Amino acid sequence: MSPFWIAVIGSSALAFITKFVGASVPESLLSHPRVLRINNLIPIALLSALIAVNTFAVKTKLTLDNRALGITAALLLLLAKAPFPVVVVGAAVTSALAYRYF
Amino acid sequence: MSVKRDSLSVSITVGAYGSAFGAAAVAADFSVLQACLLSLLLFSGASQFAVVGVIAAGGTPLNAIATSTLLGTRNGLYGLRLAPLLKLRGFKRVLAAQITIDESTGVALAQNNESDMRKGFWYTGFGVFIFWNLFTLAGALGAEAIGDPSAWGLDAAVPAAFLGLLWPRLTDRKSWVVAGFAILVALTLTPFVPAGIPIISCTLLAIIIGWRK
Repeated sequence: MSPFWIAVIGSSALAFITKFVGASVPESLLSHPRVLRINNLIPIALLSALIAVNTFAVKTKLTLDNRALGITAALLLLLAKAPFPVVVVGAAVTSALAYRYF
Repeated sequence: MSVKRDSLSVSITVGAYGSAFGAAAVAADFSVLQACLLSLLLFSGASQFAVVGVIAAGGTPLNAIATSTLLGTRNGLYGLRLAPLLKLRGFKRVLAAQITIDESTGVALAQNNESDMRKGFWYTGFGVFIFWNLFTLAGALGAEAIGDPSAWGLDAAVPAAFLGLLWPRLTDRKSWVVAGFAILVALTLTPFVPAGIPIISCTLLAIIIGWRK
């Protein structure tokens, strides 16, 4: 099986199991304040790492390319309180222009 | 009436982001079918982008699965919170589980009475599901038609989408500290360990920083 299919099927199965278990176990089991705190921070840590790697790395090499300008545009648009689709499209257009002209 | 309006507007706006996912997935060499299956079966935006982001960064499938699953743990906690309200049993529990995401939970919890909360959950969950999947297909077909993803900026759309998902979560000092350290740790590890590992390692940061109040 190709790596793509393994990723698609494996992540989909585990996503459903996570959701189903959550809807099935007694509430007291997981509502410890520490579990809730850590659970809030996990997406922040993973999303930040994903931003860093998807912007500044190609496999295991650090790089600075058109994507850095794209993410800068995204950051400025977020600071200007732009909605999500504008942020994504703004980053894409900036990055595409940088790719084309530099 | 307003719960229906809330649900519909959330469904359409959030669903539209599905086109960004479909395009990003195809740009990372997933097929249109695989992009659509992720939206149908995985159905959790951040986790779907994580699968694509880890593979695009050169990570292994196991790494993609682990990162995506850790990002999805919050859906489990939403279910925990919603299950008593929704009075789930049998097949209804399966359906509810599949559509337990940020948006269905958010709209449900924003209502003032239990009946509206239940409606908010089901309307928003199914609404986002329908639009998200339609837009994923549109985005995937669009990206397939345009060729070189860098020329269209799709390589920057993925991190920008992550930034857009992260932004509303940066609500206090601790969240900024975690975000800052995660960026630092991920980039520092990148040259020294296999691709994908720097991302998942940052889970430890969340545990260390979240351990104490």
